[in-house]
Amino acid sequence: MGQALTRSTPFAIGVVLAVLVLVWYAAAIPMNAPWQQGVYGRAGAVDVPFTQFVGDVWNQDKPILPTPHQVVREIWNTTALVPPHMPRSLLFHAWITLSATLAGFGIGTVLGIGLAVLIVHNRATNRSLMPWIIASQTIPILALAPLIVVIGFNIFTGQLGLPPDPARFLSKAIISAYLSFFPVAVGMVKGLRAPEQIQLDLLATYSASPAQTFWRLRWPSALPYLFASMKVGVAASLVGAVVGELPTGAVAGLGARLLAGSYYGQTIQIWSALFVASILAALLVLAVTLTERLVNRRLGARPA
Amino acid sequence: MSITLASQKPLAPSALQSVLGLLVGLSGVLALALFLGMGAPGGLAPLAIFSALAALSLLRFAHPLPLLADGALAIFGLAVILFTLGPAMPAPFWAGLVAVWLATWLLVDRLSLEIALRRLPEQPFALIIPLLFGVVLLVGWEAITRGAGVPSVILPAPSAIWARILTSTGTLWADLQQTFKAVLAGYAIGCGLGFVLAIAIDRSGFLKRGLLPLGSFVSALPIIGIAPIMVMWFGFDWPSKAAVVAVMTFFPMLVNSVAGLGAAGAMERDLLSSYAADYWQTLMKLRLPAAGPFIFNALKINSTLALIGAIVAEFFGSPVVGMGFRISSEVGRMNVDMVWAEIAMAALAGSAFYGVIALIERAVTFWHPSVRGA
Repeated sequence: MGQALTRSTPFAIGVVLAVLVLVWYAAAIPMNAPWQQGVYGRAGAVDVPFTQFVGDVWNQDKPILPTPHQVVREIWNTTALVPPHMPRSLLFHAWITLSATLAGFGIGTVLGIGLAVLIVHNRATNRSLMPWIIASQTIPILALAPLIVVIGFNIFTGQLGLPPDPARFLSKAIISAYLSFFPVAVGMVKGLRAPEQIQLDLLATYSASPAQTFWRLRWPSALPYLFASMKVGVAASLVGAVVGELPTGAVAGLGARLLAGSYYGQTIQIWSALFVASILAALLVLAVTLTERLVNRRLGARPA
Repeated sequence: MSITLASQKPLAPSALQSVLGLLVGLSGVLALALFLGMGAPGGLAPLAIFSALAALSLLRFAHPLPLLADGALAIFGLAVILFTLGPAMPAPFWAGLVAVWLATWLLVDRLSLEIALRRLPEQPFALIIPLLFGVVLLVGWEAITRGAGVPSVILPAPSAIWARILTSTGTLWADLQQTFKAVLAGYAIGCGLGFVLAIAIDRSGFLKRGLLPLGSFVSALPIIGIAPIMVMWFGFDWPSKAAVVAVMTFFPMLVNSVAGLGAAGAMERDLLSSYAADYWQTLMKLRLPAAGPFIFNALKINSTLALIGAIVAEFFGSPVVGMGFRISSEVGRMNVDMVWAEIAMAALAGSAFYGVIALIERAVTFWHPSVRGA
């Protein structure tokens, strides 16, 4: 029994996490110590007991390295104790980022699947587009984010006369769509080509139409690839939305919180925004994983 | 009754080719009609000739045109568009542009079919087709931005971006150097630490079970968000960007290396243990070479991640040099052509970085099927 517990994966992960938290607390002592000694020096405090010193170092207002309990307390204070529609609430900012992420991810996934279908079914599209899509994986497309946000924002507010908030939302969604588009397109091309020639031949002997071949063979065999690339795509979408909040003087969203925190030296605010962004990423990937399981069960796949 | 198997399906010109052929002709006719309505074509005379040729290509429905004719038509059209392009183009120009676009599409479709039929060699043509697509994209971009007078703060013409690259090579080079200091330092530290830690935890099943799920999980997180923290810790200059890059590249390397170290087959390990090889001998002579493809996979993923990390980290504060700094500050000043020039440099640098890693991979893992087959 005890043997089984120490050999289990969750136990191992738990131990590693616990060690990480300990290292974190330990690292906070030397990193925050110089500031604390400055404070003691100004207050004229000498011979501060070590326990009090450690307690002070772990609870500074603007520490170099905030401790885990400070970050957790900040997240708790700005989520549970503030109504979610207030700009002080992290849930408010998380929702602004999440909504742009989801909109962009949806658009990017649909476009990526559409392009993959075109590439698989049309020789000319395959030959002219596929090399460019593969090459685009090696270039830092996230560098385009400020350009898209600023130009998009100007076009949406200027030419199209939208108010600033929907314009910001749309510009961020475009970046998110753009970032999730490429992994999904590449994965789906692989997936739609996954059926073996012998399986395609079998459907041809049944005189199946191209549409039947697509829906009964290509699409089901592409699904594992689709979900794998959607996990990559949704993470990229979130990064896109966060980075998309850096320019244009956005005042809301997790990216704006990061930027504001770095302007005013509010380290605890930076860390808590970072943690909430990470939790969002984990939830998004989890949602894709759960959808995958659900779809697999509906399709009668054997659990792997 | 005969059955046509998918593998034996006759490769015939698709219906798409007929439709494209028809559309090329019709847009040529339309451009000609617009020219006639306009009176003297003036400087657009070459375009009128192209439109007439496109209209004549309708003869393909009476007698099939050779591939060369379609090729000549498309290339001539692209040249004519660039030659006649000026500000505020009249309607026939746009009809002609559509005809050029359709003619190139038709050409690409015909070329792809010829390659599939093995009537044309794979080697130069598999490269020519995407290049043609790129040329059409650039010509279309140039024609629309200049011909329709799109403001350069929205989308500058490729020629304007190129001119900007030529006039600001000094700035671009300084930015590239500044950013690549962070990229290379962070890449080396992140990949090196990931690799060393992978070897260290490889002997412990417990650590592998505990660290690997975390490592794969971290790759889904927006690590780039640590940039403001790193700027606070390491200052505005490149070391803080290198730190971001190191953290971003560490986890892919760790996860891939651990997977690679487990890739050597049981039979090969048994062989080495029958030779009484010790741990280090097995590692150096069997397991590390077997891990090569996995490690290079991580190195390639990381080459892109490193550039992204360094550029985006500069958005959070940097000295007045660097690609990310230039992009964010020139966007603010609406110098969009400079932003595009910087992005073109970033794309070039990113592809070159990736290409170098891929070349080293070919030299080191020459034995791997994926390299041998290529």
